[in-house]
Amino acid sequence: MNDIRPMIEVRGAQKFFGPLEVLKGIDFSVARGQIVAVIGPSGSGKSTLLRSLNHLETLDGGEVWLDGVKVNQTLGRRAFERHINGVRQQMGMVFQHFNLFPHLSVSENITIAPIRLKGMARAEARALALKMLDKVGLADKIDAVPARLSGGQKQRVAIARALAMQPKVMLFDEATSALDPELVDEVNLVMKQLAGEHMTMVIVTHEMRFAAEVADRVIFMADGAVVEEGSPAELFRNPKQERTRSFLKKFLNG
Amino acid sequence: MQGLDFSIVPEYWPLIGKGLWWTVVISATSAVLSVVAGIGFALLVLYAPPVLRYPVRAFMWLFMGTPLLLQLFLIYFGLVQVGIDIPALWSGIIGLSLHFAVYNADIFRAGIASLDKGQTEAARSLGFGAWRTRVYILVPQALRNTVPAIGNMMIALLKESSIVSMIGIAELVHSAQLVISETYRPFEFYLTAAALYYVLNLVLEAILRGIERKVELSR
Repeated sequence: MNDIRPMIEVRGAQKFFGPLEVLKGIDFSVARGQIVAVIGPSGSGKSTLLRSLNHLETLDGGEVWLDGVKVNQTLGRRAFERHINGVRQQMGMVFQHFNLFPHLSVSENITIAPIRLKGMARAEARALALKMLDKVGLADKIDAVPARLSGGQKQRVAIARALAMQPKVMLFDEATSALDPELVDEVNLVMKQLAGEHMTMVIVTHEMRFAAEVADRVIFMADGAVVEEGSPAELFRNPKQERTRSFLKKFLNG
Repeated sequence: MQGLDFSIVPEYWPLIGKGLWWTVVISATSAVLSVVAGIGFALLVLYAPPVLRYPVRAFMWLFMGTPLLLQLFLIYFGLVQVGIDIPALWSGIIGLSLHFAVYNADIFRAGIASLDKGQTEAARSLGFGAWRTRVYILVPQALRNTVPAIGNMMIALLKESSIVSMIGIAELVHSAQLVISETYRPFEFYLTAAALYYVLNLVLEAILRGIERKVELSR
């Protein structure tokens, strides 16, 4: 059966930081298994948009839906906390600065959420961690501590940690921006592999080439609004908007 | 001038040893309680609703701004007047624990506040609620990061525990005083007590260094 309901749907997303409107009523949706890259200059609101999908940012207006469930519901404090924790378990997020838990081993980083939130048995969780680490090519690091890993390895563990919750969606917030150039590929490779497995992904990135390679659809944002969106081929080779053209030109020259 | 004669010290060892034992018991108990209560106070000050947060903060200020000796007198002598009669030993332990809990709480509070925001966000994004994030992610890290500072407080606590002698607890200083009142040998017995505190602190430092090294290894 083919579910045509979008996996993620955003309607009229609006967000203020003080007097500054950082999201000016954004609409977009992501289909099941689709990979959407969000590009744009810094300060364009792309990270804020991504973070509002799992409610790390609270929208001031508009709606976010995940697989037919409204994310930013109006509920009492406790009820909302329960609701949002449930929603977040279905959305994996990968951060620019990895945010591994430094007091836990690699295996504990991956198993703590399944054990504490899903009540998974330790042995089962460790087997799951091994499976996820194998996926990101780091099975041999299962008992390492995060401090002993390279940036690329840390980010791959962070991806494994998010995948261990078996999310419906993966969100990537400039996952390779903090990495040394020679470590970017190993992380990109893992993301491409996920794309091959038809994981629904939203990727905020500065890497145009990677976006072109992996995304089904590219969204270009500037000043809190979606300026243009389309297939990578359309958007990168034949941008319609002047704003997009100048951004891409600056990016390719810079 | 009276000559110094340490040869009489062994004769009084049973009494001195008992004092040493109580110093260890009181310090160890107060150390554990002060750390546990310190974590509790820190969490209340950081996260409790204002009706709880402000009284706790006021209480902490009060305990930081007044001498331990006065706190002990209040707990042991003062509370009796309002019908709360706490035995000397427990008055001493409660006083020491609260006094140092307040300092520990301040260290833990700073330790939690200094953690990267990304730690909270990572935990929340996995589906941890606010309290679970604190319990499983923030507090353990703050504990690790504050081991050296808390260790210093524990060394201070061990030494300050001598103040409980003032409410009649027969710990090391009190025992030494008893012996001195009998022998008129203050120098020998105060020096013996001082040497024993020093040895206790060496042991405590070794333990703390062991903990620090263990924490350091997993970084």
